[in-house]
Amino acid sequence: MLLCKNNYFSTETGDIMENNKEIRQGLKAALPVIMGYVPIGLAFGVMAVQAGLKVWQVLLMSLFVYAGSAQFIAASLWSAGASAGTIVLTTFLVNSRHFLLSASLAPYMKNIPGKILALIGYETTDETFAVAINAAKERERTASFYLGLNSVSHLVWTLSTVIGAAVGNLIPSPDNLGLNFALPAMFIGLLIMQVQSRNTAVIAILAAGLSLFCKLLLPGSWNIIIAGTCIPVVGVVLEKWSSRYTQSSSA
Amino acid sequence: MELKIYAVLFGMTIVTCLPRILPLVLLAKMDIPPLLLTWLKYVPAAVLAALLAPEILIIDNTLSFSSTNPYFLAALPCFLIGFLTKNLFYTVFVGMAAMVLVNMGL
Repeated sequence: MLLCKNNYFSTETGDIMENNKEIRQGLKAALPVIMGYVPIGLAFGVMAVQAGLKVWQVLLMSLFVYAGSAQFIAASLWSAGASAGTIVLTTFLVNSRHFLLSASLAPYMKNIPGKILALIGYETTDETFAVAINAAKERERTASFYLGLNSVSHLVWTLSTVIGAAVGNLIPSPDNLGLNFALPAMFIGLLIMQVQSRNTAVIAILAAGLSLFCKLLLPGSWNIIIAGTCIPVVGVVLEKWSSRYTQSSSA
Repeated sequence: MELKIYAVLFGMTIVTCLPRILPLVLLAKMDIPPLLLTWLKYVPAAVLAALLAPEILIIDNTLSFSSTNPYFLAALPCFLIGFLTKNLFYTVFVGMAAMVLVNMGL
């Protein structure tokens, strides 16, 4: 019977039971995430093979990258013959928002050692973030909770994409199943979750407009780069204005 | 051709993992300048909107808000259900179902 008190995964019986309970809570919390991942994952798998990717490439992408929106965009850029550099740069832009997600989770995870934090961070997506931040605000969670949440979500995503890829070429017309709308629908859902204030709504509308404008004029993904970096500046300006307004009205 | 997929996978992994892992691991010890934090706050909405708009409103290189644009039509109930339920699964399901109906009807 090992009693390594310095080992994070202590094997004292009480700790094992606590770990198991936290893992199970993590798995339960993952349920809505999984429900969303199955249709989107299947849709991606189908779309990916039709874009020219192989099943093993889909598997690796889902295992290592694990980012639905970026995977969709990468697949469509791939089929359009875009360069590796373009695909990677676009992926960076699309996924850069995860910097903010991780930054907002950090204060709740001070109880968790660095290496485990890296593992948790690696599997953090928009959807698992939403669940994690809500759970963290309720009460402090252990690593077992977050690892349970993340690993089952990652597993279901990977499986769904691989199954979709495996049957993808057997489906004659995926458009008839609405699969081509899975990605826009996901963006819509995620965007709605992000728009929690009037400022954010304004930013979203401005970014949409600028993105459309740029897309019609410039090639590739410049519309995302430009809108995604410039429009948030408007948000900063809006906040500066409103803080100055409240300062002067209280003076 | 074989090499390209490895470059893509490797590159995508790096640019995805770094923004996810670094803040969690470092931010316990570091303070982000407030201006940068405010800017970051608006990036997700801006990027998502920038991604979404061309997907549903640009068909064949032209802007289209009309009923001949199936993506635009399917987006309407999708947004509605999204705002009402704030649930990703229902939003995606309704969006895809709406697309199926639009494709059948047109």
